[in-house]
Amino acid sequence: MSNNSLRGFFWQGYRDCSPFILIVTPFGLLFGVVATEAGLNLIETMMMTILVIAGAAQFTALALLEDQAPTFIVVIAALAVNLRMAMYSAALVPHFGKASLSKRLLASYFMVDQTFAVAIKKYDSEPNLTLDQKLIYYFGCAAAVCPFWYVFSLLGALLGDSIPSSYSLDFAIPICFIAITAPMLKSLPHLVSALVSICVALLLAWMPYNLWLIVAAILAMMAGAKTELMIQARQGTKP
Amino acid sequence: MMANSATIWLVIIGLGLGSFLIRFSFLGIIGGRQLPEWCLRHLRYVATAVLPGLIAPLVLWPEANNGETDPSRLVAAAVACFIGFRLSSVVGAAVGGMLTLYGMQYLLSL
Repeated sequence: MSNNSLRGFFWQGYRDCSPFILIVTPFGLLFGVVATEAGLNLIETMMMTILVIAGAAQFTALALLEDQAPTFIVVIAALAVNLRMAMYSAALVPHFGKASLSKRLLASYFMVDQTFAVAIKKYDSEPNLTLDQKLIYYFGCAAAVCPFWYVFSLLGALLGDSIPSSYSLDFAIPICFIAITAPMLKSLPHLVSALVSICVALLLAWMPYNLWLIVAAILAMMAGAKTELMIQARQGTKP
Repeated sequence: MMANSATIWLVIIGLGLGSFLIRFSFLGIIGGRQLPEWCLRHLRYVATAVLPGLIAPLVLWPEANNGETDPSRLVAAAVACFIGFRLSSVVGAAVGGMLTLYGMQYLLSL
């Protein structure tokens, strides 16, 4: 594989993930503002953004720190928000498992909802990609969104509280995930898993520490896998 | 009031390290070994199993609206879902959804 065409895959990933700059930008800005309001200085805000690189968990940690929760609880609760990424990690094993340790370490660092979702969609639709093509595509995705996350967190921390709430930027997150997921729902098993996920999440929303999401995700994966098997069985029995 | 600087740093380091270990977990342990077919069959649905559940409460009970259902947000979510599903356009869905939200908020404020 020549370097030139690999570079093509990098920019393809960059392009496919770049719409999410629109979402990461306000989210990063918001984090910078909220962190500063919560009393973190510039270095603390930026270290959190760079080391954790997961918006939802960072917001959870800030909220609990402001509540004066015990340090241990703050860390555990915020980590629970990130537990879904263990499932992303498992889902990427068939694609990145054979990569070198350093590349797997790097891919792990850049594992965020957007890079995962965009990359896995690509791998599903083009199963014949090589390991190198998959990796470089993934890093292209990361290059599109992650620098914006850092830079806009910084801007938010510097700008402070001059962003009006009437822009409803809170809703950029749900809209972003709907936009990623909706095109994946074309197959029945995917549709079933999404519906089970929504129903269980809403029914169990009372559970603490984001446990509702973990339970909903496991049941939804089982529902998708089961539906796939049933479709196969039915096709098998047809003449 | 805010926690002291030592607490903040403990949280930053603990959360950073923990998040990384979660992300590295399966990629690190399983590596290149072949996963069984039943396992792969479940992993194919990770994205559609996690993301819809993650946002369902945010759509239905938005915190910006004090946890009360907001018609504007419901309609915006429905429009984004429809555009994404019919046109397979991620950008279209995201932009259409946010514009619908602003449009609805304007209409309801009239």
